[in-house]
Amino acid sequence: MTFPAELKYTQDHEWIKDLGGDAALVGITDFAQSELGDLVFINLPQEGDEVTAGEPFCDVESVKAVSDVMSPCTGVVEEVHRELEDEPQMLNEDPYGAWIAKVKDISAYGELMTAEEYEAFVQK
Amino acid sequence: MKLIFEKGAPGQHLSLMPPCDVPEVQLSHPRTQPLDLPHVSETELTRHYTALSKRVHGVNDGFYPLGSCTMKYNPKINEDMAALFTQVHPLQPEETVQGCLEVLHESEKLLGEITGMDAMTFQPAAGAHGEFTGLLLIKAYHVHRGDAARTKIIVPDSAHGTNPASAVMAGFTVVNIPSSPDGCVDVEALRAAVGPDTAGLMLTNPNTVGIFDKNILEITKIVHDAGGLCYYDGANLNAVMGVVRPGDMGFDVIHLNLHKTFSTPHGGGGPGSGAVGCKDFLRPFLPGPVVTRDEAGYHLAAPERSIGRVKNFYGNFTVVVKALTYLLTLGREGIPDAAKNAVLNANYMMKRLSEKYDMAYAGPCMHEFVMTLQSLKDETGCSAMDVAKGLLDHGIHPPTMYFPLIVHEALMIEPTETESQETMDEVCDVFLSLWELAHTDPQALHAAPTRTPVRRLDEVGAARNPVLRYKAE
Repeated sequence: MTFPAELKYTQDHEWIKDLGGDAALVGITDFAQSELGDLVFINLPQEGDEVTAGEPFCDVESVKAVSDVMSPCTGVVEEVHRELEDEPQMLNEDPYGAWIAKVKDISAYGELMTAEEYEAFVQK
Repeated sequence: MKLIFEKGAPGQHLSLMPPCDVPEVQLSHPRTQPLDLPHVSETELTRHYTALSKRVHGVNDGFYPLGSCTMKYNPKINEDMAALFTQVHPLQPEETVQGCLEVLHESEKLLGEITGMDAMTFQPAAGAHGEFTGLLLIKAYHVHRGDAARTKIIVPDSAHGTNPASAVMAGFTVVNIPSSPDGCVDVEALRAAVGPDTAGLMLTNPNTVGIFDKNILEITKIVHDAGGLCYYDGANLNAVMGVVRPGDMGFDVIHLNLHKTFSTPHGGGGPGSGAVGCKDFLRPFLPGPVVTRDEAGYHLAAPERSIGRVKNFYGNFTVVVKALTYLLTLGREGIPDAAKNAVLNANYMMKRLSEKYDMAYAGPCMHEFVMTLQSLKDETGCSAMDVAKGLLDHGIHPPTMYFPLIVHEALMIEPTETESQETMDEVCDVFLSLWELAHTDPQALHAAPTRTPVRRLDEVGAARNPVLRYKAE
């Protein structure tokens, strides 16, 4: 299981990558995909959606269950990763490459952890 | 095994089609292509479906402890009674179907007594349909009072997935609240969640982890004080029927799964019956028609502010006949006895299995219990899925798996009252032997099942690339 140092993490197992200029990429962590199991469907947000830190903005479905994905920040969806709709397995194969959305105009962040803190958090 | 479409050959057909004895009509838009139907003889047709029937597993084949589904034995007398009602048509004048109306009226009265509700509709075809109907009643009630700001339905995180889905279908926003470590509703979280936008709360009690919520009266009071209504999901009524009543717990509207609790067949498409009961103040909003009675007999009438029909005619009527048969067979003493035996059986199995397996929650359970196989998975690599597949090789249907979501590696077992101690002992022995197998030969458990018509199915492939209908090559 990996925890890239350049990312920040939430307690709900999302990652966020700062792109500078109040924009960021968000996705789900390696731990999240391994707990969820093989993902078979993703319900992506839409461009222009306003997202709020700590509130669901997307959901993913595995053979076990449907799970909400919480937004790590408050902002506006600028771009979504459309390929995930046809290939949700990308979330399993490369969780940190398979970003879900690019968020712009970020005005607030939820509680975020460093890679080190998040690793300790999931090992509890 | 071949599909029916892949059998036979052109020209083969059933030989006993009667001649057409009504005038043929020319359709305005006739088909231009013939229907793509199988070409098989009656012999082949019969063999095909007989072969299929041998590959299914039902309560009549063996143990079926599917948690929260109440797979109890369905007494055959229910079928005999339902067969008495097959020669009627739903469009017959009401004076010619007084017996049918009496069945609905009597069922409403008896189920109302068991649940503490004042009125009931039998239109909804199954549980989730009942939830949807009940939520529409709640919505109609608030809107009628001119309180359209109540748009939120509160659902605990242990709820059946259908609860939030039904709430969204009915046009509400769902507010999820967490459970306490003891598996009950977190009362403080509920208190924080209610407000002038609360339309209602949906709750299953006993809940999906098999625990009767000890704070139930406080919970329903919190919701009522905030101006919301309380919806009771009847999925787990089997634990308490005839013992405590949802109406007395403070619920305003409920659904029952007649096909679970009241012993009518279900699984694989039903038909089911998700009867919805309510307190008097919601009666005017019920779907119509409902059965009324006066000195002249029984009548069908539409409630004055009805939300409208939710299904054609009167729902799955013969399912109601079967449920009424069950009620009258067991009677006033038998109904609570069945509930108590369901609870006793679950506790018996839980006690035996706790010798090796970890229980998700301490203390006695109601009609079902949840095991967590996380430590087994950590120690041996064998998951709840592996144990479930292992059960198949012993002719046992697996319990409900990976639900509720708040328990890791969950297996949820509901034996029901209709299993004998001998059967439960045999099943417990199998469970304990699989626990041993996980430790001694985990590969063997990963390979299970080996004695079923098909081995492990590719669930992921089926979900990602579903093939839902046959297409000729």
